[in-house]
Amino acid sequence: MNVLYGLYRPDGGQILVDDKPVTFSGPGDAMAAGIGMVHQHFMLIPVFTVAENVELGHERTRGLGFLDRRRARKQVAELSRRYGLEVPPDALVADLPVGVQQRVEILKALLRDAKVLILDEPTAVLTPQETDELMQVMRGLRDAGTSIVFITHKLREVQAVADRITVIRRGKVVGEATPRSTAAELASMMVGRPVQLTIDKEPAAPGAPVLEVDHARVVDAGGQLLVDDVSFTVREGEIFALAGVQGNGQTELTQALLGLTPLDGGSITLDGLDITHAEVHEILGAGVGYVPEDRLHDGLIPSFSIAENLILDVHDRAPFAKGVALDLQAVRGNAEERAAEYDVRMSSVQAPASTLSGGNQQKVVLARELSRPLRLLVVAQPTRGLDVGSMEFVHKRIVAERDNGAAVVLVSTELDEVLGLADRIAVMYRGSIIGEVSADSSAEEIGLLMAGTTPQDIDRQQLDAAVPVTEPGLEPGPGHRREEG
Amino acid sequence: MSSTAQASGQQTPETKPPSTAKRSLGSNTIVVTVLAFVAAMIVGGVLIAFGDQDTRTASSYFFAYPWDTFTAAGRAIGNSYLALFEGAIFNPHTASSGTLAGYLGPISETLTSATPLILGGLSVGLAFRAGLFNIGGQGQIILGAIFAGFVGFHWHLPPGIHVIAAVLAGVVGGALWGGLAGLLKARTGAHEVITTIMLNYIAFNLLAFLLSVRGFQAPPYGQAISNNIDASARLPHLFGSSMRVNASLFIALAGAVFFWWLLTRSTLGFKLRAVGANPFAARTAGISVGRSYIVVMLLAGGLAGLAGVSQILGINPAITGDIDAGIGFDAITVALLGRANAGGTVLAGLLFGALRAGGVQMQSSTGTPVDLVEVVQALIVLFIAAPALVRAMFRFRGTGSAVGGGELAKGWNG
Repeated sequence: MNVLYGLYRPDGGQILVDDKPVTFSGPGDAMAAGIGMVHQHFMLIPVFTVAENVELGHERTRGLGFLDRRRARKQVAELSRRYGLEVPPDALVADLPVGVQQRVEILKALLRDAKVLILDEPTAVLTPQETDELMQVMRGLRDAGTSIVFITHKLREVQAVADRITVIRRGKVVGEATPRSTAAELASMMVGRPVQLTIDKEPAAPGAPVLEVDHARVVDAGGQLLVDDVSFTVREGEIFALAGVQGNGQTELTQALLGLTPLDGGSITLDGLDITHAEVHEILGAGVGYVPEDRLHDGLIPSFSIAENLILDVHDRAPFAKGVALDLQAVRGNAEERAAEYDVRMSSVQAPASTLSGGNQQKVVLARELSRPLRLLVVAQPTRGLDVGSMEFVHKRIVAERDNGAAVVLVSTELDEVLGLADRIAVMYRGSIIGEVSADSSAEEIGLLMAGTTPQDIDRQQLDAAVPVTEPGLEPGPGHRREEG
Repeated sequence: MSSTAQASGQQTPETKPPSTAKRSLGSNTIVVTVLAFVAAMIVGGVLIAFGDQDTRTASSYFFAYPWDTFTAAGRAIGNSYLALFEGAIFNPHTASSGTLAGYLGPISETLTSATPLILGGLSVGLAFRAGLFNIGGQGQIILGAIFAGFVGFHWHLPPGIHVIAAVLAGVVGGALWGGLAGLLKARTGAHEVITTIMLNYIAFNLLAFLLSVRGFQAPPYGQAISNNIDASARLPHLFGSSMRVNASLFIALAGAVFFWWLLTRSTLGFKLRAVGANPFAARTAGISVGRSYIVVMLLAGGLAGLAGVSQILGINPAITGDIDAGIGFDAITVALLGRANAGGTVLAGLLFGALRAGGVQMQSSTGTPVDLVEVVQALIVLFIAAPALVRAMFRFRGTGSAVGGGELAKGWNG
């Protein structure tokens, strides 16, 4: 896709736009040819208004170089009316929820007369409701004559919105499908073998409490309350899910569990032992495994070899340490063993972790964390960016760890994953647990909680229907606290 | 794994191209280094030609007799580089005297100049591998020299013990100065580039102050120079007193071996490298990032302190205000050229040592200023930091965009 947008040059072949071959030396050429792209990570300036962001790079000026703001505003308003993309032109982008920020990105492309719109994993950052709205927008654009290339790994979305489906695996087109194809058919095309989409697991058999979080509070350096009075208990042999849209305090809460972020108040107990103020290595040593949400940032050292990454936390313990020296043979032997056990596809254990695919990187993290006997496993976004095959593997491992008697805390923004894996589900919204539901709740119920609507709110709305309901998604939501990078 | 063909079998939609930031000293790196040296010498030649009186005179009638300009320039460049070679490697004029010093004198000078550069380069390189930019070589060298020198002239210990005590004192002095920057970074988050530069000023002026204090300053207290170091505290010469090369060379080589062992074979080195390569993942794995910063700055300071030791116990009879002789800053260039690994740093130190030794000879016999050597050194590193430039100049295709460039560019974002 980066080739289509002019970011990379093709090594061969050609690109045709309206039957004419084109060559792009940069995104500018691609835009001129009518190709617009909405990246997974938005390219917006948070402190500019919507209108300013949309106009950026195309500013019109009146005499003397004054920006023609009124024109810009009018143009944005007209565009958003024409395509049904509701945006407030004068709001600061930083104050908007993620879903609306995404509409601004789409508007930017449309203003440049994009005839082809490339959406790269656009739903990764959206709530289920926002995703539905995006799909409405996509259908509207399609009907208005825009071609859309929608890149996603979520089968449900493909089936919901696509007119034609192309499956790419290992950089090659492996087949075409119609929206009527079943999810299982699509998945097996993506992976190259039949895959199991539902997660097989026995009912949980919870034992003694392992992790107890009591009135936990986390405040960042700027004094902002990120985790607000969160309490929960996780027992051995159960998977406790923290669902929620990205940026609602889950990241900070998991980091606090590991001792990476200090608590501002409250306490954390592991097997009856107070670990509130313990150091990271003490917590890891007490039998806590951690799969961080950003594996390349926190989970792995990309420039280190696979073998070295597999001993990051235990490098100074037997058998890898002999006094002050490393036992390189033990390090290598361990790596060969783990790589075989977890089916890590690599050229050698001495290859840098950066050369692995995302799925194999995640396997390395799992192999390291699960190689110790665990009391508690904390996994955050364990399948983010993974293909269906790797997802299946990761899920099986997590369930296996639960069945071994570990307590599991699963942090995920993927509803399917939460519903498939969890034995109990808590939803986090703006730093606190807004509600706890059972594992057989409906996706709608959890989706509403993720958007900050509690069952009580719904009751109230039904009772008092006369009160106008504000456009969902337009009020400043959790978007402005979204994690960067 | 049996099937490497399937290595990329589970490509994800967001997989990025493999990073080229980290790479071993491959043939590509060596080619770029050699070509960077050649390019730097060519640019240096242009500067020599511009600085040469005969060439300038000939160029005033360039359009009448252009050849005159070129021959004059060629002669100036040739003579200068010949003198550089004679000063650094082998000088047929002195060799004809038939003495050992005549043959080996230039090499001895090269090794003598290279010794503190290697130690300083190891110091900068070690901090670099842990993700820190140690600009404080100057201050650490000065403190090493003060400590070693003080033990050398103030304590009067038996031979053997005296020199060992002085060397160790130098290590302690440098380590204290480096460790201070590490402590500030770990405890308060103060950026090491700022703190080490400020510590340089403090060290420099502390030395200036000490050189005016009775008990430190040599009688009759007219000059800013310390008491002479006892003979028992001096590092022995390797080939007699006619050549300056001394036992500090072995200290430098031992330092390089220690550097290599630490980073590739020890658990401590593993921690330091992990912190340097990705402090977030290191912290998540339970490694204390702050403690690593303190430890690595202690070690780096100790290595720089040894560079001060080689200056004061090896070649200078007493401490003077310019005891660091610019080594603290040249050490940064050495570490960059040596790609922050042991072997590379030794080779880079030898190259710069040769340039220093040859530069002196070049200035005395051809009048080309010794500063040219500094220009050439800087150009080498500049060309290596921009490998694409070297490749374009010499029209060879390399793989990847950053041959060591990633390492050179890193370190400021701590």
